[in-house]
Amino acid sequence: MAKAKGKAAAKKQVDGGLSTERLHEMYYHMVMARALDERCWVMNRGGQAPFVISGQGHEAAQVGTTMAFDPARDFLCPYYRDLGVVLAFGVTPREVMCGLLARANDPSSGGRQMPSHWGHAARRIITGSSPVATQILHAAGVALAARVRGEDTVAAAFFGEGSSNQGDFHEGLNFASVHRLPVIFVCENNGYAISVPVSKQMAISSVAARAAGYGIPGVEVDGLDPLAVYQATEAAVARARGGEGPSLLDVKVVRLTSHSSDDDQRSYRTAEDLAAERAQDPIPRFRSWMESQGIWDDPQEQQLMTRIKGEVDDATEFALASPVPDAATLLDHVYAP
Amino acid sequence: MAMTYLEAVRETLRQEMRRDARIIIYGEDVGVRGGVFRATEGLQEEFGEDRVMDSPLAESAIVGTAIGAAINGLRPVPEIQFADFIFPAVNQIVQEAARIRYRSNGTFGVPMVIRAPYGGGIHGALYHSQSIEAFFAHVPGLKVVMPATPYDVKGLLAASIEDEDPVLFLEHKGAYRSIRGDVPDERYLIPLGEAEVKREGTDVSIISWGMTVNSSLKAAENLAKRGVSVEVLDLRTIRPLDTEAILETARKTGKVLVVHEDNLTGGFGGEVSALIAEHALFDLDAPIRRLAGPDVPAMPYAPSLEHAFLVTPEKIEAAAQELAAF
Repeated sequence: MAKAKGKAAAKKQVDGGLSTERLHEMYYHMVMARALDERCWVMNRGGQAPFVISGQGHEAAQVGTTMAFDPARDFLCPYYRDLGVVLAFGVTPREVMCGLLARANDPSSGGRQMPSHWGHAARRIITGSSPVATQILHAAGVALAARVRGEDTVAAAFFGEGSSNQGDFHEGLNFASVHRLPVIFVCENNGYAISVPVSKQMAISSVAARAAGYGIPGVEVDGLDPLAVYQATEAAVARARGGEGPSLLDVKVVRLTSHSSDDDQRSYRTAEDLAAERAQDPIPRFRSWMESQGIWDDPQEQQLMTRIKGEVDDATEFALASPVPDAATLLDHVYAP
Repeated sequence: MAMTYLEAVRETLRQEMRRDARIIIYGEDVGVRGGVFRATEGLQEEFGEDRVMDSPLAESAIVGTAIGAAINGLRPVPEIQFADFIFPAVNQIVQEAARIRYRSNGTFGVPMVIRAPYGGGIHGALYHSQSIEAFFAHVPGLKVVMPATPYDVKGLLAASIEDEDPVLFLEHKGAYRSIRGDVPDERYLIPLGEAEVKREGTDVSIISWGMTVNSSLKAAENLAKRGVSVEVLDLRTIRPLDTEAILETARKTGKVLVVHEDNLTGGFGGEVSALIAEHALFDLDAPIRRLAGPDVPAMPYAPSLEHAFLVTPEKIEAAAQELAAF
């Protein structure tokens, strides 16, 4: 959708790949991710949620990648910014809010982990932790098992560019490429590891370049364009399903919020930088594109906003009314019963 | 039939792999070479490269991918070539494998057995001799198994593979070829968390695990000739821990010697001692005694230094005799 050239490519998608209905679904997940994220901050500032970690600015990347996977057979290993990923893979707003408020019915952990440490067995979303990049190896292992079991499953690991400095990133890409495993490595590159800019994280300009060290494709993707992201992911998934092995996607996004509710990025980023990123917000951009294609208009937008506000309110009320974990369960699930 | 400790490892893996197609083995040199100790010799020929795989030299990857494979329905039995090399994988073992069931509120589990040869006395020096069990016994969610005999290797390894949770299975390198014993052909399981009295006695209890059980049995035999009756309790697994068996032998003899090859301070012997002190203090007739490796960073190479480090039957005998005379 970006500029004239992108428009033609996106148009082709409308015709050949994503139906109008799927495009609307894409937009719905992006807007829902943003609305829920914003509600989380309201709850945090209102003293109801001790911690929030955000994905604002990553929505196009998250929803665009995730819609290229099959919720019935693929596995995802997301990281803590991936609200858009889990929503697009079937996690409900109610479940998200139960996680935020650490309720007993939080499907990720029953209130044991900090919010946004996703996991959902029924949705094929594998539990994650806080130490970064560990999930990259899990995704490779899931893909290994799929191959041994003869299942047509592709696994994906999501992570930030800071994680690409970790040993587990390199070990995972190496292992997966040696064994040509069906796994997609999705780097959501927002340019900052908390406060450390990418220029101080690596001496190369692109995470995608790291793929060359493993003999696999490394693709830079405009992460503000959900269709470009979808196309790149779809190609990588097709490659993986075809037995051609893993791919690395370097999806460039913006980080519109501080690292977390305990951080203030104004202390290490300039006002100009922040304003420039805000101007690149992928959500209004995608809306404009849909309008330019004649598949979205103001009444539809109004209708969607009303629906989303209702769902976010419902999710919030549901979570607030949900029980907290019983202290007697502290010792449960250390080992299998 | 009689076989070595090493053969028991190999034949158990073979027997289990024949009955359960979910079991895969991988690690450094385990495939074509059959492992640097030959623990997996012949397995790739029998089960193919998909189930017995050589992996890149990267321990975190070996364990981390095994976690993913276990979550997706397999029963991986990854090998860490030497326990000394397990440390790059600690994050995956401790923060991931051991915490996944708890952190997912019981919705995910990691049925995986990490095999790792440990221990010294084989001219392995600092980085091929370490006893690492105390680091891992501290971790809830993980199980730590340390067999002393070929019979126990078979029953404990099969039970570990069948277990729904991650198990660290530590095999003593010195035992691989020096310890032989009878192993039944048929399959059997030894429940994790059940210690065994390997020798009955009345004067002193030696509590140990892994290779030093064998050294303790030698010491007990010698002491018997001098009229000292020594009971030897083999913990077999240190997590879960058979606390009842520990307290029972402590109460029976009233004198406890805890023996391990790992260095003394912060070693697992401290946990065993504290347990007895908490629950059986008034049944004791002497202070609890610990005999362990010295507090040096690891076992040196020169035979004179290596020998000085080791917890030998002679040292155990002397310590037990002293305790008996208390």
